[in-house]
Amino acid sequence: MAAPLTLLLVVAVTIRAALYRSSLAEVIAERVEVVSPITAWKRVIEGLALLDLGVSPYSGDVFHETPLVIYLFHFLVDYAEITFMLADVISAIALYLAVKEYNKQVVRKKQKFALEADRYPQDCLELIRSPKEMLYIPLKVAMFYLLNPFTILSCVAKSTCGLNNAPQIITPHCFKISFAVFLCLATYQSIYPLTLCAPAMLYLMQRQYIPVNYRRASFWWFVVQYLFMYLGSLFVLICLSFFLLGSWDYLPSVYGFILSVPDLTPNIGLFWYFFAEMFEHFRLFFLCVFQINVFFYTVPLSIKLKDHPVFLMFMQLAVISIFKSYPTVGDIALYMALLPVWSHLHRFLRNIFLVSCVLLACSVLFPVLWHLWIYAGSANSNFYYAITLLFNVAQILLVSDYFYAFLRREHHLIHGLYLKKKDGSEATLVLK
Amino acid sequence: MAAYVNRCSNLLVFIFILSVFLFVDSQQTTPVNEQHTNTADNPQPAAESATQTAEEGRWEATEVDEAALGDSAADKLGVRASDTFVLTPTPQPKDDFQEELVIRPLHSGDIYASFQFRTLWETDFMRENKVSHYRLFPKSLGQVISKFSVRELHISFTQGYWRTMQWGQPFLPSPPGAELWVWFQDSVTDVDAAWKELTNVLSGIFCASLNFIDSTNTVQPSASFKPLGIVNETDHRFLRYATLPREIVCTENLTPWKKLLPCGSKAGLAVLLKSEKLFHSSFFSQTVHIRPVCQDRECKTTSWELRQTLNVVFDLHTSGQGKREWSLFKMFSRTLTEACPLASSSKIYIDVTDNPQEEYFELSPATPLLSQAVVLGDRRTFSVYDLTQQVTFGTVRSLNLLIRWKSTEGSMLRPLLHAERYVAGYGLQTGEIHTVMYNNHPFRSFPVLLLDSVPWYLRLYIHTLTVTSKGKDNTPSYIHYQPSKDRMRPHLLEMLVQLPPHSVTEVTVQFERALLKWTEYTPDPNHGFYVGSSVISALVPSSVAMDTNITQEQPLFSSFFPCKEESSYFVRVYTEPLLVNLPTPDFSMPYNVICLTCTVVAVGYGSLYNLLTRSFQIEEPNPRLAKKIANFIRRIRGVPLLS
Repeated sequence: MAAPLTLLLVVAVTIRAALYRSSLAEVIAERVEVVSPITAWKRVIEGLALLDLGVSPYSGDVFHETPLVIYLFHFLVDYAEITFMLADVISAIALYLAVKEYNKQVVRKKQKFALEADRYPQDCLELIRSPKEMLYIPLKVAMFYLLNPFTILSCVAKSTCGLNNAPQIITPHCFKISFAVFLCLATYQSIYPLTLCAPAMLYLMQRQYIPVNYRRASFWWFVVQYLFMYLGSLFVLICLSFFLLGSWDYLPSVYGFILSVPDLTPNIGLFWYFFAEMFEHFRLFFLCVFQINVFFYTVPLSIKLKDHPVFLMFMQLAVISIFKSYPTVGDIALYMALLPVWSHLHRFLRNIFLVSCVLLACSVLFPVLWHLWIYAGSANSNFYYAITLLFNVAQILLVSDYFYAFLRREHHLIHGLYLKKKDGSEATLVLK
Repeated sequence: MAAYVNRCSNLLVFIFILSVFLFVDSQQTTPVNEQHTNTADNPQPAAESATQTAEEGRWEATEVDEAALGDSAADKLGVRASDTFVLTPTPQPKDDFQEELVIRPLHSGDIYASFQFRTLWETDFMRENKVSHYRLFPKSLGQVISKFSVRELHISFTQGYWRTMQWGQPFLPSPPGAELWVWFQDSVTDVDAAWKELTNVLSGIFCASLNFIDSTNTVQPSASFKPLGIVNETDHRFLRYATLPREIVCTENLTPWKKLLPCGSKAGLAVLLKSEKLFHSSFFSQTVHIRPVCQDRECKTTSWELRQTLNVVFDLHTSGQGKREWSLFKMFSRTLTEACPLASSSKIYIDVTDNPQEEYFELSPATPLLSQAVVLGDRRTFSVYDLTQQVTFGTVRSLNLLIRWKSTEGSMLRPLLHAERYVAGYGLQTGEIHTVMYNNHPFRSFPVLLLDSVPWYLRLYIHTLTVTSKGKDNTPSYIHYQPSKDRMRPHLLEMLVQLPPHSVTEVTVQFERALLKWTEYTPDPNHGFYVGSSVISALVPSSVAMDTNITQEQPLFSSFFPCKEESSYFVRVYTEPLLVNLPTPDFSMPYNVICLTCTVVAVGYGSLYNLLTRSFQIEEPNPRLAKKIANFIRRIRGVPLLS
C-alpha cells in the first residue's frame, strides 16, 4: 500500500507546487471562502511586520493567530510554502494511518467477536464489511483529503486552517492518553475542537477496554487522567504563549475574536450577515445562542454514539465546520475527507445526489456572486448571502443524512435487514 | 542693491525712532504718533506715491515694539535700556488686542483674504482661585482652558480644499472639515475623559459636530504636532488630535466664532465678515488657536494668546461677471469705517511683491506705507493700511480697497513642498492609498513627517507599505505605527521620510474594506466614507533668512509657527481627504435575514434532534377512520372495542 500512497503524495505536492508558481495563487489568497480573518496568510505576514516594527501584533485588530503560530513563522516565513505542503502531507498520512487502524479494529475486534458470538441476524450478512472492501478505504481517505479542491485551495492560499487541521486529524490516531496533547494543540488554535474531547476519550476507552459506565471507578479514573493531561497541556501552552510575548493580550485578541465575532467580513458561514443585520440590543443574546449551538450537540451525540467514537468525531467535525464563527473551505475538507470511511452507509443515504449537486453548484456560485456584488456592482449582498444559506443547508442535510444512515444500519444489524410486519408483509422503518 | 537700500532706510528709521523714544516722555503710543506726525509733515500725493518704486516708498517700522525693541536696540548701541527707561506711573493693561487683514492676489486670479485677530492676556488660568474678570479674552474659552487644564488648543473649520499648486502656501493651513488638537497640562490624570468632555463643550461653543469626536477618530501623534507655544514637556500622552473630514462649515459656525471677538462684528475688520458673502467662495476656513506665549526674549513673563483667523479665497470670475476687478465692497458687501476701538493695532496688508511696478494690478486708494515680512521662506512686500489712523479713511470716512487687474497672465506658483493623495484599485474588497509628495527644491533635500490617521474600517496592512522616490526605495528613518482596534481606535501611521531634491515621493499602503454592522453606516452609505487628510509637516529650506526672534513685533500672519533656525521654515501641508466606498448589506432586510438564518440553524438543530431522540420502529398502518370513530363511540358506551 505504500506505493500508491507515495504516488498520491507526489501528485498532491506537484499540484500544489504548480499552483504556487502560477498567478492563481494571489487570486486564491484573497478569496473570502478560502481564508478567514483568523487564518489569512496576509494577516500572519502583517503580524510579523508588526513584530519587526516593535508593536505587539495583538495591539491591533488584524492579527488573530496564536503566539505559537507567529513564532513558528518567525523562523519559517521563507519556507511557508513547504510548511503548508508538509502540513497537508502529514495530515494525509495521519488520516491514512488512523483510518487503517480503525478499520483493523472494526474488522478484527468488533465484527469478528459479533460473528463468533452469532450476534448478527442471519439476513444482514450483506451489511457486514469484508476486509477486502475495506482495503482501499485508507487510501481513498488520503486521496479525498489531498486531492479535494477545497484542501488544495486552502493550501495554495496558505490558509493556516491547514495547520489547524493537522492536530485535529492526529487526535483519533491517539493510542495513548498522552496524545491529548494534540487535541489540546487544536483547541489552543481555535476553541472549537474542545468538543472533540468526548470522542477522543471514548475512543481511548474503547481501545483500553474500559467500559463506558459512570458507576465504574475505572471510567472516572480514566476521565480524570485524560482531563488532567488535556487541561495540563492546555495550561502549559497558554503559559508558554504568555512567556513568548510577555502579555495576556493574545487571549482577547484570539479567543475573544472567535467568540464575539467583531469582524463581519463575508465568508461561507452563517455568522457574518446575521450579525451585520442584527438589531443592536439582541446582538449579545444571539451571539450566545449561536456559539452555544456549536458546543450544544456534544453531550447528546456522545450519549447516542458512545460505542462509535470515530463516527462521533466525524459528526463533531461537521457540526464545528458548519456552525463555527469563521468557517473556511479548509474546515469542510477535513470532515469530507472522512466520507469514504462511511462508504458502507451509501445504501441508506436518502438524498445524497441532491445534496452533492447543491454543494457543487454553490461552490461554483460563490465566486460568481461575489464578483457580481463586490466588483460588478450589479448584485448586492443578499445574493452572496443566499448562496451561503443554501450551502449550509446542503451541508446540514449531508451530515444528518449520514447520521440517519449510520443509525439505520446499526438498527438493521440488531433487528435484521429484511423486517417483516406482524402479518408477514414487508415492513418500512420510520423514526418515532 | 535694492535690498541694501532697504536695510539702510530701515536702520535709519530705527535710530530715529529710538532717539524719539529716548527723549520724548515714554507714553506708549508716542513713537507711533511721532512717526505719524512725520508722515503728516511730508505729505505725498497719493497718486505720486503709488507710482513710486519700492526703495522710494517709506517703510513702516514693523519692528518697533515697546520693551523688546528698547532692550534689543539698546543692547546694540551699548546702552542699558533699563537705565534710561522711565516707567509709566499707571500699570499697563495686561491684555492686548490686535487685528489684521492680509489680502494676496493669487496667480490664478483669485483673491486670498486672511483675517487674524490676536488677544494676548497676561494671566494664569491654572491658578487656584479662578480667573473671573474678563476684559478682552472671551470668557467662554477662558473657562474651558481652566476647567480642562488645556495647555494648547487648536481648532479649525474649513469648507473647501486649499489648492496648493494654484494658490501657493496658505499662511495657516487647515484640512477640509473640522480639525481639533489639544495639548493638556501634565497635571491632567484622565486625559481621555477630559478630551471627551472638552469636545462636547467645544461642540456647544462652536455649534459644530465636534461631539462626533470619539476614540474611533482620535489619535496621539508622536511627532507631527508639537506644541506651538511655550514648551515644558512634550509627552504625547497629553496630546489628542482628531479630524472630522465630513463636517460642513456654515453660518452657524461663523456666528459663535465672531462672538469671541472683543468688538464682535460691530466694528473693526470683523464688520466685513458677512456670511452670505464668505460662504460664496472657493475656500473658507476659520480657526481658533490658544497657546501660552512668551512676552519677552528671556520668557520671564508668559501670557495666553488667543488667535482667531479666518481665511477665504474668492473666485474672481464667478463674482466679477468677467471683469477682473476686486474691491472690499464687492467681496464683503461692506466697507471699513473704523478700527475696533479696543484694538491696539488694526491693519490691512496687501501683498504687492509680484507687482512692484503695478504691471499686474492697480491698487486704490494708494498707500504710502510699505512693509516687508519674511513669510514662508520668502520676503514679501506689503502695502499697509493702518486703520487706527483717520487719514486712512480719507475724506469719505470709509475705506474701500480696489484692485483692478491689468494683465491676465499669471505664472504658475510652484510651492517647494506639496502633496496629494488618492485611492487606487477597484471593487469593494481591497484598495491602496497613494500619497504623493513633491519636493520642488532644485538642489536641497529635506525630511518631512507624514501623518496618516485612517479609520478602522479600512484595515491597513503595514507590511505592504512602500516608499519610493525616483524609482528607488526610500526607507523611512522613523516609523510610528499604531494598528487600529475595531470600533475602538483608528490606525495611526507617522513616518519621517527624506525627500530628495526635485523629486516625487510616493507612499503606498494597501487596505481591506470591512463590512460594518448595518447601524454603523452613515445615512447615505453609498456616498462613501471620508478619510481625513494626511498631514505633512516639514522644515523647508528657506531662501531668505528667517526671523527667529519670536517676541519681535511682526505682522500676525508671519509669526504663527515659531521659527528655531534661520535657514528653514516650518510648513504644514494637508492632502485631500479621501472618499472610500465600503461594501454594504441590504438595509431593508434585517427581519428577513434574522428569520432565514435562524431557519437554517433550526433545520440543523431539528434534524439532529430528530435523529437523537427518536428510534427506528416498524411502521404500523393506521386504523381506518371509520373504525376509529366506531371505537370512540364504543368507548363512550362502555362496549368492548373493535380489534
